[in-house]
Amino acid sequence: MARLWEKTQAYLEPRFMLSAVRDFAKKKKVPEHKRSFWYFFGGICLFLFIIQVLTGILLLLYYTPSVDAAHESIQFIMSQVKFGWLIRSVHSWTANILVGVIFIHMFSTFFLKAYRPPRELTWITGFLLLVLFLAFGFSGYLLPWNELSFFATRVGTDIAGVIPIIGKALKTFILGGPEVSGATLTRFFWLHVAVLPAFALLIMAIHVILVQTLGMSRPVGIGETKEISFFPEFILKDSLGWLIILAVVGAVCVFLPWEAGPKADPFSSTPLGIKPEWYFTFMFTTLKLVPAHVFTIEGEVLAVLGFMLGGLLLMLVPFLDRRAAREKRSPVFTVIGLAILAYIVVMTGLTYLAPNIGK
Amino acid sequence: MDRRAFINLFLGGSLLGTVVSFLYPVIRYLIPPRQAEAAAKRILAAKVGELAPNSAKLFRFGSTAAVLVNTADGQLRAFSAVCTHLTCTVRYEGDTGTLFCPCHNGRFDLAGNVLSGPPPRPLEAYEVEVSGGDIYVSRKA
Repeated sequence: MARLWEKTQAYLEPRFMLSAVRDFAKKKKVPEHKRSFWYFFGGICLFLFIIQVLTGILLLLYYTPSVDAAHESIQFIMSQVKFGWLIRSVHSWTANILVGVIFIHMFSTFFLKAYRPPRELTWITGFLLLVLFLAFGFSGYLLPWNELSFFATRVGTDIAGVIPIIGKALKTFILGGPEVSGATLTRFFWLHVAVLPAFALLIMAIHVILVQTLGMSRPVGIGETKEISFFPEFILKDSLGWLIILAVVGAVCVFLPWEAGPKADPFSSTPLGIKPEWYFTFMFTTLKLVPAHVFTIEGEVLAVLGFMLGGLLLMLVPFLDRRAAREKRSPVFTVIGLAILAYIVVMTGLTYLAPNIGK
Repeated sequence: MDRRAFINLFLGGSLLGTVVSFLYPVIRYLIPPRQAEAAAKRILAAKVGELAPNSAKLFRFGSTAAVLVNTADGQLRAFSAVCTHLTCTVRYEGDTGTLFCPCHNGRFDLAGNVLSGPPPRPLEAYEVEVSGGDIYVSRKA
């Protein structure tokens, strides 16, 4: 057996230059300090993405992307296919956990000011990945073609429709027509399984290459610290986090399998208590609270433009935080980050605790 | 312009032209074809007696949903059921005698006017006409 392993390695070595990869992994060091715990969330994102890809490929075997068959195929997966309920629940739960972990990863990177030069592009690619995964969540949500997802898609795409000048054309492009219909389902399926994965893989590759070549950032004020090797020490610690996540996902899927919900009926009333996936609820509740008109501008237009501007500023933060770029503490940006975080938490909390707000 | 610059310009222009000629059909392919909307003019919404007082019925009006309300005092009114805020479908609430949108808690009275919440405009009101035993709804002229 050992001989076979040696022979395999000897065959692969000149073809793939494995020793170079091994040497790089061994030579690469990860700083260890009181905040290095936050480094692990990037690896957890990658792990959850791999689960998404694997379970997504399995779901493709039985899912049918058409108005007449989408909901039925999900019910078939959930009730007839052996372990279908598990595969779908793992896909849906990990999608939600992944978005949550991306938010944790982003805010921890923000507060540690890891976006400082030369890591601006790492931050920007990370921000683009957040946007892509929100798009993954939004497009995947419609695929079961159930009541909640139908109306959530209507609201979500109408939000795109209120963007001045390009809004209407953008909405028609996203929907494949003027209304949420079979064409929308086909488009969302195409986006979810082909376009978004292609972009996500490309940007993720750039993000990971940047992380590997530039190494982990040390927070401002933390000088030389103890270091551990990337392989095997950091990877072993990382894999412990992956195992914990896997155990949590398994337990949640068994006790709370993801529901299929009632089939969408485009000509029925919107169900009471409707809300989008949790990660969109801070915007959802904001839209409830914004008045119909602010001066002469419609409230929702103002809110949507506000969110777009906020997102743009967040993406460009490495170029705005000049103090951090000079390796100085930047408490103003910490306070801004805390305010954004508090806003998201409060608005998300209000969605669930005060659903009648603005009624 | 020397020969080198001309060749660079010629090859660069050809490359750009090739890229554009590949991209143009792809972009046109991605834009959905315009389809004729089912523009409803006059629709049979319900039969007389089908709706009890203080109740409502959703029906298909062209490619969107509409709502026919039989008010508590027996008047028939019809509106577009598409909320003017972010296009959710409204529902009739008998206890308040209003049309309510559950997405962002918008509320309309039975003239279609906004009572509360974020909708920026009233609901579009339709004509209701009783002919024999049928209730017809049509767009206002």
